[in-house]
Amino acid sequence: MKIFVCIKQVPGVSEVKIDPETNTLVREGIPSIINPMDKNGIELALELKEKYGAETIGISMGPPQAEEALREALAMGLDETYLLTDRAFAGADTLATSHTLSLAIKKLLENYGERDNYLVICGTQAIDGDTAQVGPEVAEELGIPQITYVQKFEIRDDKVIVERAFRGEEVVIIETKLPVLVSVLRDLNEPRYPTLDGIVDSYEKEVKYLNHEDIEAVKKNIGLVGSQTEVWRIFVPKRKGEHIILEGSIEERVSELCQKLKEDKLI
Amino acid sequence: MEFSLTKRQKMIRKITREFSEEYIAPVAEESDQTSQLDPKVFEIMKKMKYFGTCIPKEYGGAGLQDDTISFCIVTEEIGRIDASWSITTGVHCSVCAYPIYIYGTDDQKDRFLVDLATGEKLGAFALTEANAGSDAGGVQLTAVKDGDEYILNGSKIFATNGGIAETLLVVTTTGQKGRRKELTIFIVDTNTPGYSVGVREDKLGVRASNTSELVFQDVRVPEENILGKVGQGFRLGMQILDYGRILMAAQCVGLGQACLEASIKYANERVQFGQKIGRFQGIQWKIADMATAVESSRLLTYKAAYKCDIGEDYGHAGAMAKLVASESAMQAAHDAVQIHGGYGLMKAYDVERYFRDAKMAEIYEGTSEIQRYVIANHLLRKGF
Amino acid sequence: MSIIIDTEECTGCGACVDNCPFGGMEIKDNVACITGECTLCGACVDVCPVEVITIEKEEFKIPKMDLSKFKGVMVIGEQFRNEIQSVVYQLLGKGRDLADKLGVDVSVVLLGSELDDKLKELGEYGADEVIYVKSPILKDYYSDLYVNTLTEIIQERKPEIVLIGATPTGRDFAPRLSKRLYAGCTADCTGLDIEEDSGNLLQTRPTFGGNIMATIRTPTSRPQMSTVRPGIFEPIENIKKKPKITIIEKKLDEEDSVTKILKIIDKEKIAINLEEAEVIVSGGRGVGNKENFKIIEDLAEALGGEVGGSRVTVELEWIEQDRQVGQTGKTVSPKLYIACGISGAIQHLVGMETSDIIVAINKDPNAPIFDVAHYGIVDDLHKVVPALTEEIKKRKSKN
Repeated sequence: MKIFVCIKQVPGVSEVKIDPETNTLVREGIPSIINPMDKNGIELALELKEKYGAETIGISMGPPQAEEALREALAMGLDETYLLTDRAFAGADTLATSHTLSLAIKKLLENYGERDNYLVICGTQAIDGDTAQVGPEVAEELGIPQITYVQKFEIRDDKVIVERAFRGEEVVIIETKLPVLVSVLRDLNEPRYPTLDGIVDSYEKEVKYLNHEDIEAVKKNIGLVGSQTEVWRIFVPKRKGEHIILEGSIEERVSELCQKLKEDKLI
Repeated sequence: MEFSLTKRQKMIRKITREFSEEYIAPVAEESDQTSQLDPKVFEIMKKMKYFGTCIPKEYGGAGLQDDTISFCIVTEEIGRIDASWSITTGVHCSVCAYPIYIYGTDDQKDRFLVDLATGEKLGAFALTEANAGSDAGGVQLTAVKDGDEYILNGSKIFATNGGIAETLLVVTTTGQKGRRKELTIFIVDTNTPGYSVGVREDKLGVRASNTSELVFQDVRVPEENILGKVGQGFRLGMQILDYGRILMAAQCVGLGQACLEASIKYANERVQFGQKIGRFQGIQWKIADMATAVESSRLLTYKAAYKCDIGEDYGHAGAMAKLVASESAMQAAHDAVQIHGGYGLMKAYDVERYFRDAKMAEIYEGTSEIQRYVIANHLLRKGF
Repeated sequence: MSIIIDTEECTGCGACVDNCPFGGMEIKDNVACITGECTLCGACVDVCPVEVITIEKEEFKIPKMDLSKFKGVMVIGEQFRNEIQSVVYQLLGKGRDLADKLGVDVSVVLLGSELDDKLKELGEYGADEVIYVKSPILKDYYSDLYVNTLTEIIQERKPEIVLIGATPTGRDFAPRLSKRLYAGCTADCTGLDIEEDSGNLLQTRPTFGGNIMATIRTPTSRPQMSTVRPGIFEPIENIKKKPKITIIEKKLDEEDSVTKILKIIDKEKIAINLEEAEVIVSGGRGVGNKENFKIIEDLAEALGGEVGGSRVTVELEWIEQDRQVGQTGKTVSPKLYIACGISGAIQHLVGMETSDIIVAINKDPNAPIFDVAHYGIVDDLHKVVPALTEEIKKRKSKN
């Protein structure tokens, strides 16, 4: 069984700033990390590898510095990693990104001579984009079923049994067959740390680079050109600056507070 | 001259730092109070291979035996969070496991290294005695030949990890060589009749690290367990300490770094007299001096590690590193407590622990006085 | 992708059989044909001396759309156990607003099994048309059944705007739908507007955890799809509309889906941890004793939030250690932080001052907490907090 794990390198801080002159993100001095939910995906892949002897492959679309994220994934224990990097991939929205990832998966399946015996794991969403769209879009392009918000994953005989949690008050147990795409949440598992020897080993492995020709992508279908959504404007939301002390009787102040909180869309 | 770390070294720092913050930091205060290392953390450290940092992969280690800088980074990052853990793994690896790897026979490596590298057994280096501290040559624990065994009698004190170790490197005296004692190092399996652990010391600092008295009463050790040869104990012992010194310096760099970070954070938060105290020059100067001292320690430590890796004589470089790093850590901890004012005296704030941990570093693994002796001795006898 | 062998020209030489790494080719009746092992790798193509083998790759094409044919706002509804979810009413409200600006109709699509008597009232919330796809199996959510059914409806009705609730369900099918239609979809929108000249939908959404907002357009594709964050928009009520109701009875059962639901387990909602809570109500020394902390807990419960406390409350064992907010406790940044009886010493502030909205309730008008609070009430928390809890409960039941 081949397990593909989609990995994204994202900025590692919760406070990001916009350069007021260029209206783009300030990226200097901000550490880059593996998107936290993708780490849960890597952990799932490693657990399945330990249980079923599957081969685990990490893929990421990003600039060359995303190699570090894939290196860390190798250090955690993935067998192989591929970095899809090419100027033609830049500026992609989720549709173009999912197309690029799908082409890569198709190409790798071809190389492995594998048709159906595979699994694709994605983190539900990335902490920068927060769209949660790439996973289902890859599933659609590959023509395989998707199960999102996965809380538990098992393979029994040749059936895949998954617990899906859309709501706190209900868990749905779903059965399907490989190939399938699952998107995972933070509470699925506790991602392992790369061990010291894992890190040493990872630098003896190769993060393989793929460009658009390697995956037989057509330029008009990828990157900015292949995108259907465009960013019209980005801005920093205004933080509340005022400080007011409410006046009046207790009822009046409580009422006014609730009104203000309602306006702030908090209740 | 290349000042930047390799990608691998950077990743090792990043991962060790994240790991230490997640697993070791939450229990550091409690470990210090109870003088106990958390057993759950122990298990995870084993998996992470922090007990086999400088041991080759073939013996179950992490494979960084030729990258002492990485070993320093690991020790520094763990030390930035908890000096006790840093010392426990640092001593275990550098002055017990590593010497067996470097000086041991294939048979000894096969018998002892894997358990040490995987953390299944903890290691210690037993040198200090009641009458032999800085004067290490004054060792009185005897090893008397009896057939193909040696019988060990005597006791050791202040052995780091001693009370919980299962593999020991014991420095014994096997006779006289002219005016001096002849010293021999034995690898001792503590599961041997006649061996017992005496008092466990209740210390000022690095309290969770085990420091114990070890008692040998007619302990029989096979001659196959001699590290090196009979009579090489002094020379090997000094070399072992030279190497261990670099790692203890790294631990002090981590401690100094922790003091610096705590001070900067507090200076940026605490408001007195209408402004953040970080705006007062008195505080600023302390922080500047602290940062300079920590950075100097780091550079000396990595230089010593680098010399070791390229096969250059590094004894005095290691001594310089340990000297500066420990004294800098002490000064940093002192200033950190001072910057925190009243809060610095309270156990709820980490700097109180850093202060006690730092003082230990000026004395163990060779006092500052001994470091100065090593440096001067090298220069006066060998020049630069 | 497919493999084509020109059997007329094939000489049956067998070079392809020898060269195939998978045993995917064999000679039958003196011509080459594929076995079940063929993986379309193309090794045979290279060695065929008469070049009779071709592998046809499906060309990936982004569909060209005639934008002018798309009209109307369509809300994709969501139901859970035959209850229409509140986000649907919110989307109808916003959808109505957008549709009025464009001069078009609003339709709402529901998939379910027993919603017949719930359809008419959707007109009161702004729907011009209700499309109800009915089948017993649609009582539960099936990813592929939803995507297949909705694709049909959207391709038939051609709405220019599709609004979907950004619930886990909506975020499950919306992107797949978007890919199938190759129509741009913007996730988790908190703002929707119509661009003046073009009539394009302007979709505003948070990124980087809400630290940066982005406004997105999809000018080249239709429908313009948005998943919308629940709780942002208001429903409009009492619109006198009699919606056109279209019921489509679909014959669907489990065999039509690639997944099978084995079991549905009801669970108790588990407590979330402080750092991820969106609302935190914290108590300080002013609360007075452990018993009084109940009023803090009540307020937290009414707001669906978590309980926190300052260091002294932990030391006095009024609350658990895990709930301590501050320098030696946790650092939190919720959407709403209500500090009750907390003076606001720096050691506490550093743990919560980046919260979006801070409310302070304290008897002491000089308490430093009021310097960081956006809204302050100077009074006895034992009086204010229960009153606040009451008011919030009252407002909730009205909704």
